[in-house]
Amino acid sequence: MAIITMRQAISDALWEEMERDPKVFIMGQEVGVWGGTYAVTKGFLDHFGEKRVRDTPIAESAIVGAGIGASMVGLRPVSEIMTINFAFVAMDYIVNEAPKMHTMFGGQMSVPLVIRTAGGGGRQLGATHSQTPDAIFAHFPGLKVVSPGTPADAKGLLKAAIRDNDPVLFIEHAAMYQIRGEVPEGDYTTPIGVSKVQREGDAVTIVTYCKGLQLSMAAAEQLSAEGIEVEIVDLRSLRPLDMGPALESFKKTNRAVIVEEGWPSYGVGAEVATRLYEAAFDYADAPIKRVAQKEVPLPYNAALEQFALPQVDDVVAAVKEVL
Amino acid sequence: MALKKKDHLELYRQMVLIRRVEERSAELYQAGKIGGFLHLYIGQEAVSTGIVSVRQPQDRIITAYRDHGVALNVGISAKAVIAELLGKETGVSKGRGGSMHMADVEKNFWGGHAIVGAHLPIAAGMALGDQYEGRDGVTICMFGDGATNIGFFHEGVNLSKVWNLPVLWLCENNQYGMGTAVDRASAVEQIHMKAEGYGIPHSRLEDGMDIMKVREAVGAALDHIRSGKGPYFLEVMTYRFQGHSMGDPQRYREKDEVTKWEKSDPIGIYHRYIVGDKIAAKADLDKIEEAVEVEVNEAIEFAEASPDPGFDTLYDYMYASKE
Ligand SMILES: Cc1ncc(C[n+]2csc(CCOP(=O)(O)OP(=O)(O)O)c2C)c(N)n1
Ligand SMILES: [Mg+2]
Repeated sequence: MAIITMRQAISDALWEEMERDPKVFIMGQEVGVWGGTYAVTKGFLDHFGEKRVRDTPIAESAIVGAGIGASMVGLRPVSEIMTINFAFVAMDYIVNEAPKMHTMFGGQMSVPLVIRTAGGGGRQLGATHSQTPDAIFAHFPGLKVVSPGTPADAKGLLKAAIRDNDPVLFIEHAAMYQIRGEVPEGDYTTPIGVSKVQREGDAVTIVTYCKGLQLSMAAAEQLSAEGIEVEIVDLRSLRPLDMGPALESFKKTNRAVIVEEGWPSYGVGAEVATRLYEAAFDYADAPIKRVAQKEVPLPYNAALEQFALPQVDDVVAAVKEVL
Repeated sequence: MALKKKDHLELYRQMVLIRRVEERSAELYQAGKIGGFLHLYIGQEAVSTGIVSVRQPQDRIITAYRDHGVALNVGISAKAVIAELLGKETGVSKGRGGSMHMADVEKNFWGGHAIVGAHLPIAAGMALGDQYEGRDGVTICMFGDGATNIGFFHEGVNLSKVWNLPVLWLCENNQYGMGTAVDRASAVEQIHMKAEGYGIPHSRLEDGMDIMKVREAVGAALDHIRSGKGPYFLEVMTYRFQGHSMGDPQRYREKDEVTKWEKSDPIGIYHRYIVGDKIAAKADLDKIEEAVEVEVNEAIEFAEASPDPGFDTLYDYMYASKE
């Protein structure tokens, strides 16, 4: 296994899928000449040409809308929204068009579209550019929402998303492109809608995804030094949501902490906690805790921003609280 | 392409069929058998019939929610249309779509879209699909005057020129968007002028009540696009004789205005043309009207006798991937 960055893993997935299937193409702002806002598609234009690496106007509705149309007639577009904060101006397409087409016309059409985007805070970009609104997208039946926490999963999930026959929102984290991890050699996919135990333990179950996985892994190391072994379940997909491993783990540890970067209200943690209670209330030895972002639009000031974002220490503290 | 007698009779039949289906649907709605919104196409029959009659099989067609006309023109049976209005399993969208969401992909009819203007970028994407694959079809995208004021319109139309897509933007200007007259909502009354700002050739057909003129204008526009010159924008003036949807008290227009327009009934105009030019005898047209009457009666019987979708089918068509 090679150790590569998240950026490289995502780039490799796109590259390999474009090599594999001529119907796969990418479109979005600055994906071509610029090489990708986060340098994910550097070199793509030279290799694949303008037909398959399409710079677009700053028109998110058209980027996703045209992706939907092209996918309906047989192509496999990857529409890129520079950051998830700009997805709101394409909201109709993401939540009200793509997820409806297949069912609303009685199965006649399908939308094998991937919408790639990057979210997350912590880069001092202020309130409009720092959000983690994943949960609102996961609210809509018909849309698949994935958000990987490791380079290996990013590569496998992106390949799976491109090959999937339904619309998939693929959420990366803008502050995670440099993280490194082992990635299997050769072609592989990671199934959508399957969560995974990323670390085994018996004291407390941590359920998390994306950036939350990083925080949780770091917290696990600190806790391990104190003799507390947490089990970490990475959801990887928010819809379809696979609760299997989280439930199994909760039944074993009887305690759970849910870690997400977004706001807690109506969030991923709220959903997961409810499902744990609904399915395994009798197993709970302590109230389930959520670690999430404080409920404010994120400030610019670096210290203040970090104070509002969930930190490793918050995870450590939450685990100790439920013990 | 000169029309033979039988072609004229077929077009006349389609227009009468649309009229009867709409009239009977209004009754079914009043009787409580059709739910939701019902937007009638009465008065605009020459537009969709003219368009569909000059398109080639490879030309895709996509429209807004006022879609029964196109549905019947492309050859969806009155049975499948009325069954859809009644929400039956035998409906063209299996009872999932209703009045506003009819499509038949095999007939290259891609819906029936109910978010005003949202299908324009989707149409651009479909045209991109054909351009990408080197197919010579044109995507014909129909929308109302009201749709030209929403951002989706501008994003989609701009993109079509930037990428030189084979798309016909076809604005059906029936002079109102719900109760708002064009001059109260649009900065320009000559809606086709909006295309000027995007460098797209454009024109307005003043008389969209005359199917022969619609055919000529649409035919010329399609030739333009087919010759590789990129998108074209055609505005067709027309009028809806009924309210925006069922139960519209029509406070926004004078009865006189409607009466004046009813003198330009597209079916009457075509009738006079066919009989006056001695293409066929009045008796031929009478026979068609009688046959349509029977067809619609049978369709209603069929639809009423059809089963509702079973509760066990609720999640069918949720995802394309599982099928
Ligand atoms: C985005 C959006 N806003 C509002 C509506 C409600 N609505 C439905 S039809 C309509 C009027 C549209 O007028 P026009 O485009 O001229 O089409 P027409 O009904 O005249 O055929 C409105 C406002 C909607 N469906 N979608
Ligand atoms: Mg109108």
